[in-house]
Amino acid sequence: MTEHLISLMTFLPLLGVVFLLFFPRDNEGLLKGFTLVVTLITFVISLPLAFNDVFKTSADMQYTEFAHWISIGDYFQMNYNVGIDGISLWLVLLTTFIMPIAVLSTWKAVEKYTKGFMALLLLLETAMLGAFVSLDLFLFYIFWELMLIPMYFLIGIWGGKNRIYAAVKFFIFTAVGSLLMLVAIIFVYYQAIQAGMPLDHGFSIADFYKLSIAPDLQMWLFAAFAFSFAIKVPMFPVHTWLPDAHTEAPTAGSVILAAIMLKMGTYGYVRFAIPLFPDATQAFLPFLSTLAVIGIIYGALVAMMQDDVKKLVAYSSVSHLGFVMLGVFAMNIQGLAGGMIQMVNHGISTGALFLIVGFIYERRHTREIKEFGGLAKQMPIFATIFMIITFSSIGLPGTNGFVGEFLVLVGAFASDLRWFAVFATSGVILAAVYMLWMFQRVMFGELKNPKNQILKDLSLREVVIMVPLLVFVFWIGVAPNVFFEKMNPSLERLIEQVKGKQQVAVVEQVPMPGHMNHE
Amino acid sequence: MENLAQTAMQNVNFWAIMPSLVLTCFGMVLLLVAVFSKRGHTTHIAWLSIVALVVTGYFAYLGWNNPQFGFAGHVALDNFATFFNFTFLFAGGLTILMSDDYLKREGYPIGEYYPLILFATAGAMWMASGTDLMTIFLGLEVLSVALYVLAGLFRNQLRSNEAGLKYFLLGAFSTGFLLYGIAMIYGVTGTTNVADIGLYLTSHPAVLGNPMTIAGMLLLSTGFLFKIGAAPFHMWAPDVYQGAPTPVTAFMSAGPKAAAFAAFIRILILGLGGLHAEWGPLLWLLAVLTMTVGNVVAIAQTDIKRMLAYSSISHAGYALVGIVAANEIGLSGIFFYMLAYTFMNLGAFAVLVLAGKEGENNLTLEGFAGFGYKKPFLGVAMAICLFSLMGLPPTAGFVGKFYIFSGAIKAGYIWLAVIGVLNSAVSLYYYLRVMVYMYFRDPAEDFAWVKVNLGATISLVLALIGIFYLGILPGPVMELAKLALF
Repeated sequence: MTEHLISLMTFLPLLGVVFLLFFPRDNEGLLKGFTLVVTLITFVISLPLAFNDVFKTSADMQYTEFAHWISIGDYFQMNYNVGIDGISLWLVLLTTFIMPIAVLSTWKAVEKYTKGFMALLLLLETAMLGAFVSLDLFLFYIFWELMLIPMYFLIGIWGGKNRIYAAVKFFIFTAVGSLLMLVAIIFVYYQAIQAGMPLDHGFSIADFYKLSIAPDLQMWLFAAFAFSFAIKVPMFPVHTWLPDAHTEAPTAGSVILAAIMLKMGTYGYVRFAIPLFPDATQAFLPFLSTLAVIGIIYGALVAMMQDDVKKLVAYSSVSHLGFVMLGVFAMNIQGLAGGMIQMVNHGISTGALFLIVGFIYERRHTREIKEFGGLAKQMPIFATIFMIITFSSIGLPGTNGFVGEFLVLVGAFASDLRWFAVFATSGVILAAVYMLWMFQRVMFGELKNPKNQILKDLSLREVVIMVPLLVFVFWIGVAPNVFFEKMNPSLERLIEQVKGKQQVAVVEQVPMPGHMNHE
Repeated sequence: MENLAQTAMQNVNFWAIMPSLVLTCFGMVLLLVAVFSKRGHTTHIAWLSIVALVVTGYFAYLGWNNPQFGFAGHVALDNFATFFNFTFLFAGGLTILMSDDYLKREGYPIGEYYPLILFATAGAMWMASGTDLMTIFLGLEVLSVALYVLAGLFRNQLRSNEAGLKYFLLGAFSTGFLLYGIAMIYGVTGTTNVADIGLYLTSHPAVLGNPMTIAGMLLLSTGFLFKIGAAPFHMWAPDVYQGAPTPVTAFMSAGPKAAAFAAFIRILILGLGGLHAEWGPLLWLLAVLTMTVGNVVAIAQTDIKRMLAYSSISHAGYALVGIVAANEIGLSGIFFYMLAYTFMNLGAFAVLVLAGKEGENNLTLEGFAGFGYKKPFLGVAMAICLFSLMGLPPTAGFVGKFYIFSGAIKAGYIWLAVIGVLNSAVSLYYYLRVMVYMYFRDPAEDFAWVKVNLGATISLVLALIGIFYLGILPGPVMELAKLALF
């Protein structure tokens, strides 16, 4: 059972798609119910990962599976090579955890072509899980690209008014970056073959980690990887697809996009770009950190000016992901752990915010802030939940957001990025401003608009959706160690690896002729 | 005299031409069948042609790992030819399957159509197995003449007339270039045998710089680049592709293109390999130009057939990248890509064939609004073919591009690979746009005229199987493509 746990978890949703195709098209309840069951089973299958204590002590890949997939004589070898370590552990669990919630959120929201919607959601889950567990760059690329197709249709078919523009923009932005990454992947592969990596290891990242690529080559390769991941994160200034995609996507699409897909970018940095090209990382660090900080402040400022709640949340994502990137770039244990936990936090709180936006949109069919006001009196349960999530998003102590942002800033202060941290801190304050201001305008004040006076409070289904998220808001906020202790060994190994390779590279650089050394 | 006859007969080896021989015989028999059939009754001819292709497939299969040479070294049925033969057979077969109901709908149930496709396929086979410039030329002519007729098949339709005439005029012109090039190469080396040309050039390095050699190479290349539809010799393609009957367009975009690539590769690598320093940079430039022109102009198209014509130009550009790389991976990548392209492009055309109204004026982007909802199977099939044309995993198109660009990167042409992938990014836009209309627009019509028939369905299903098989488990076929290298 455990030896194929990852494959089972990854491909179960795909199997679900196959069954779904034979279901009657117009039985909405059956389609949604079946999809919910599939995602729940996937979640249950993934649960043993959370309770496995091996992650506390070992930085190695666990649950690994290996099989030769494509072999072409002495040209290429691609392998099915998957596994989980402390870095991907919580992201995988986040994915399996968010999916049932996303499915539940469609209960009332999706009414046309339900079958297609559910099939795409399940396909998307397989692609996302596959990308998180891949230990072979070729396999990773397949899943990475595969993610685009379902999301493209989710936005394009079930999206809002500008859905076509948003869907095409989303697709092209992400694909451009990943195509350049493909060239870099092939190039690294040949470097590895030249360096004597056995052919049947395929595109194994474990082997690629051991390469010492010439620093000037690293620059180009890192740029290709980093560009691709930066689009997905998204980092300023390639973030422009995100507000469109988020705003136009249906609620379930926004939740998945925010909670899981954006993490692909940050995960890509941690898993691939940084450990593969440590010297280039060092060189690009000031530049990328600057972009991260610009993202934090710019995202916050733009979020402040939005009239549309969903757009506001979308821009707040740009800001939050800036924090994640800053933590990752700090390259110390606090920063990295903060960045990783902040990925999960953002998944939970922003996912929840999109759900909340979905709730009021389903009731009023508008998301304009000025249409609301005083909802707290009419919808007390909703108000409570919304407030908790708002606090979590701001990073109030006691909630998950605080743990993540605090560690990111501590990490950044402790590293060379001290001054970046100073500016980034203002993002925390700005977050409080835009979130609380929005919350005040929507929830408090007089209940003037007659359309709002008849609103119903959250239904049982909606509360059920939100409760698990609230549990994690406080759990991570109060007892984060449960989460940290399982990722720390892997993160420490990562830092060791990166720092170690940088030093080796520096030592190697000494006998080089003067013109090679730019400093 | 007897001795002479004996010597001549020794050189004759019918096994070396067996596939094309069988196909030609079938074609001639079917011509007779067409004469004795009632007017308008063509279904049996279509299915008989499929039988012909299957039988030919058996004889083509005999050539695998069992190289046959014959006719004094003019023809070789080696693995290279065999791999391409199967590409042509698939192209011909899928085309014929989708044709019958189409021809009846359009009012041209002409029995001779099928033998012509068979002759064209046989011509393509000759090009792939020709090891002498003269046999290659003969194959090219057999292929082209059949295509000229096919392109102008709808004789009362202005568009089709234009296509036929244009293709003929420009084709004849390019053939002139090709012949002139052959003559010059012959003048320099004293032989038309491809392998002998190669030997002569390696043993006489001084000839390499001779202007006549270079001119010969350039003229020869021009002839083939025209057939491939590479920029700047692509001008005929959009008009011909748009005007010709849709299945013929489908065939033209896959079969003859693969044939031209096969002959071009054999001549460039085996014969003119010594001139790689000359044709390498030239083809580098043309590959970039072809990809870019094809993709950029395709964006502006609203007619889907015409859009696919430009997309076909850009795909020729991707394949040229493999020739520029001129290493094992790049070349076997082209073999693989041509097969993959046959499946994905013919699949897309099969949908167009089915979706068209009589006269085919509805094959525009607007005409496809909501198509995916009214015809779910056809919509999904079209989407899969388009994703494959874009080069997204897990489809054949992705694997094909992956190999070709890997070849380029391995040979050190990294910028060429970068330009190639950026071009793929451009192509996303126009392929996606078809899907935008199919799925993101509300249906304007009920598409009641779309009648799914057996032949076209088989053709479409085969194409989809090909796309996914080559996309998910490309290993075995790629291994074959590797063995197909000479």
